Amino acid sequence: MTSRAAAYLGKDLLGLDELTREQILAILDTAEPFKEISERPIKKVPVLRGKTIVNAFFENSTRTRISFEFAEKRLSADTVNFAAGGSSVSKGETLVDTARNLEAMRIDMVVIRHPSSGAARFLGQRIASNVVNAGDGKHEHPTQALLDMLTIRDHLGRLDGVRVCIVGDILHSRVARSNIWGLLKVGAEVGVCGPATLLPPEVRELGVTVFQRIEEAIEWADALNILRLQLERMQGGFVPSLREYNRIFGVTQARLESAPRDLLILHPGPMNRGVEIDSAVADGPHSVILEQVTNGVAVRMAVLYLLAGGEPEKAEAAKGGHP
Amino acid sequence: MADPQRELLLDDRMVERVLARMAREIVEQVGELDQLLLIGIHRRGVDLARWLSEEIGRAEGTAIPTGSLDITLYRDDLMAIGPRPIVGDTRLPTHGIDGKTVVIVDDVLYTGRTVRAALDELADFGRPRRILLCVLVDRGGRELPIHADIIGKSFTVAGDDRIEVLVSGIDGRSGVELVKGAKR
Repeated sequence: MTSRAAAYLGKDLLGLDELTREQILAILDTAEPFKEISERPIKKVPVLRGKTIVNAFFENSTRTRISFEFAEKRLSADTVNFAAGGSSVSKGETLVDTARNLEAMRIDMVVIRHPSSGAARFLGQRIASNVVNAGDGKHEHPTQALLDMLTIRDHLGRLDGVRVCIVGDILHSRVARSNIWGLLKVGAEVGVCGPATLLPPEVRELGVTVFQRIEEAIEWADALNILRLQLERMQGGFVPSLREYNRIFGVTQARLESAPRDLLILHPGPMNRGVEIDSAVADGPHSVILEQVTNGVAVRMAVLYLLAGGEPEKAEAAKGGHP
Repeated sequence: MADPQRELLLDDRMVERVLARMAREIVEQVGELDQLLLIGIHRRGVDLARWLSEEIGRAEGTAIPTGSLDITLYRDDLMAIGPRPIVGDTRLPTHGIDGKTVVIVDDVLYTGRTVRAALDELADFGRPRRILLCVLVDRGGRELPIHADIIGKSFTVAGDDRIEVLVSGIDGRSGVELVKGAKR
């Protein structure tokens, strides 16, 4: 049973690097009962009624924005979406001015996706509303890593001692970074596998096992988290061609068949079928890719619910509940 | 009890007798047992609902479905209380609650706010034909116009004292205790 103190996340959720093991597990435990709400005939609970949440997306995103929006609506919050294109941002307004203007309209939370690393923290330090990082540059994407961890725990029953290998472009990936920090904190073993050009040299210092060959990664791991190969990386000269990437690092049925055990297959989406993952694997019996999407809503509900809480001292006063 | 702050109100044998009587009262009041659902409020109400279901099952030879309801997300004081409590399971019988007779089971009835939240939550799951409230202990002190239909025991308790119901599934033993001077 998670204690109420562990469930105190502070004002903002910026990344898993700054959370404790207990806080991460508190979010996962809180997400568990939230899954059931999405199965109800009326998929809505009144817990954030009257709260206004702004989804400020300064970078394109479909799935993350929709997932946050579902989470907010299922908690009865009022939501406003704000995209960079066509807004005052394109007229030269700074991030902090945009946020202060939004705050002047009396909002309670901002969910921010931004191309610059550190944008969420910058904002959190300057506005009173809660800030949730929905991906900042190459830094962190904490809710994605949390939903990955929840999905792994659902299937393997634990995170402690589980071997998770992240495959693909580790260098540019905030999903990889959040997963590495989060998984290590909860006691999982983490591997990374990808072309040397896409592995940051300092990754070993984090306590991560580096695999040069996908076959070795498959032999070692209990779960593979396969990242999307962003097509623009090819233009950047990091990989010679998509076909070659697939031949060397693609997760294929044939490669999985040689594994000593069944591997759980995760992918944060959107997938490039036939590049980093083959269709037979993506749609195969061990793929949990769509469960990740379902769990994403529950994890984001848990984060919003926990952040909307106040100071821990108040919880003491309220102890004993409400008979 | 070694602790002078605690006073035993009902021991385990008394709790069993009281629950057995409550089970009979449910049968009397409801009549059509095939439409009956016992829904326990998280956490201790869930154990009590199961106990009552088994008792009715033994006496009447028919299994009564049970469910659990966690009302945390329907509380009216959540914004005031600080970090969020962890939410428990809400599990209702698979065929839903439409047209059924739902008996809400809880350990202690006090202000009535938990029951108010439970009624709101049930309404989001469907429309029972009838809802009854069944509590092991009624300690008075209502802040809302809510009453129980089936009551195990009534006690008059000072505002800063707390009634604690112990159930074997959670506490390892059963009983009802008064904790003096405990903030509610």
